[in-house]
Amino acid sequence: MLLDWGYVAIFAIVGTLLAAMPLFVIWLISPRSDYPQKFETYESGVPAIGQAWAQFNVRYYLFSLVFVVFDVEIIYLYPWAVVYRKAGAVAFYDMLVFLAILTLGLVYAWRKGALEWV
Amino acid sequence: MSWSHELWRAIEGTVLIFSGVAVLAAMFGVLLERKISGWMQSRLGPKHVGPQGLLQTIADTIKLLQKENIVPRNADATIFASAVLVVPLAALLDYVVIPFGTTRFGPLIFRDLNIGVLYFAATSSLVVVGILMAGWGSNNKYALVGGLRSASQMVSYEIPMGLALITVALLAGSLSTVKIVAAQARWWYAVEQPLAFLIFLTAAVAEVNRVPFDLVEAESELVAGYFSEYTGMRFALFQLGEYGEMFAMAAMAVTLFLGGWRGPVLPPVLWFVIKLYALIFVFIWVRWTYPRFRIDQLLNFAWKVLIPVGLANLVATAFFVMVVRR
Repeated sequence: MLLDWGYVAIFAIVGTLLAAMPLFVIWLISPRSDYPQKFETYESGVPAIGQAWAQFNVRYYLFSLVFVVFDVEIIYLYPWAVVYRKAGAVAFYDMLVFLAILTLGLVYAWRKGALEWV
Repeated sequence: MSWSHELWRAIEGTVLIFSGVAVLAAMFGVLLERKISGWMQSRLGPKHVGPQGLLQTIADTIKLLQKENIVPRNADATIFASAVLVVPLAALLDYVVIPFGTTRFGPLIFRDLNIGVLYFAATSSLVVVGILMAGWGSNNKYALVGGLRSASQMVSYEIPMGLALITVALLAGSLSTVKIVAAQARWWYAVEQPLAFLIFLTAAVAEVNRVPFDLVEAESELVAGYFSEYTGMRFALFQLGEYGEMFAMAAMAVTLFLGGWRGPVLPPVLWFVIKLYALIFVFIWVRWTYPRFRIDQLLNFAWKVLIPVGLANLVATAFFVMVVRR
């Protein structure tokens, strides 16, 4: 078990190094020339107006909030799916109640207009 | 086995998977996509570098290696630079749990985690972190809009994908990908669970930001979306991440729904590759068949169609398993 995650950790570490390798290569061989216009932010050829770090549509937040609720609840379904056969009918009715609450949440968000893109 | 032996095996496997994905998924995948796109549009596609244009992507990679690395003055340099590593790494972490075939010594897999499916769900959604970092770090309006769209799109489609994964885990009674392949000895889950298969494929196309769900990098509106500001090799690493993720999704679909490496006569690894490229062909085919969605249509489709259908399918499957299989 611990060995499994050791493997994953090594994959992540060695993988990061491998992904960084081409960056090291271009650091060695790529040409460098400096002139100020090159480091401008791209905005279709005209000088960029202001920063991009400004206010943006609040809808994006709403969707991520609804997502967090659903994703956390779905995590509970994974262990349930594994033991389902052994647990028998109780597991089915228990999960029916759980999913009913989940669906209620979806209906609530839907009726409240959290899923509308205006 | 001694720990140094284990360490060596792990490093070996990582290097093998990385180079395999870089060559077979990214380089060959790009070429395949350009060739098939050309074929579908009655044109030739790349033709001049090497026989029939076969070496085109290698030439492109060499070209990109010689390009300068530009960091815009207004960008957040740390986030801008590290996003490049997050995207390909997140895509490649998926391959840890994919069984590529089987040999006399057991399944050909980097590590058969006992929570493989959950692990896949977790790592495949890590890509969105990288994309958001790139979009925010660039301090470019196109990149930011691309990053935000990607975040809302990928998190929305993760839920139907999770529901499809759970349905399969329920049937197999396990989260280990090797055991799920073993459970498909009689029937592929695509036959038993066509609805879950369709949901998974749709969500997979959305997760990798391809047409018709490519609002993230909609060329006609957002230049190149979240990687507008990236040059040279950094751009190539994003491509690697994108194609790596696309192939990982297809490989997972093969593992969970198309019987993995199972098949008659031919060796298992070959079967896996055939099924994998067949699904990749479907992805490219879809690209040239459907126009792009609007963002409200896209999110509505996830929340108001796929999630309710996925939930109903899960309950129906659970009921079926309880009544029939006990």
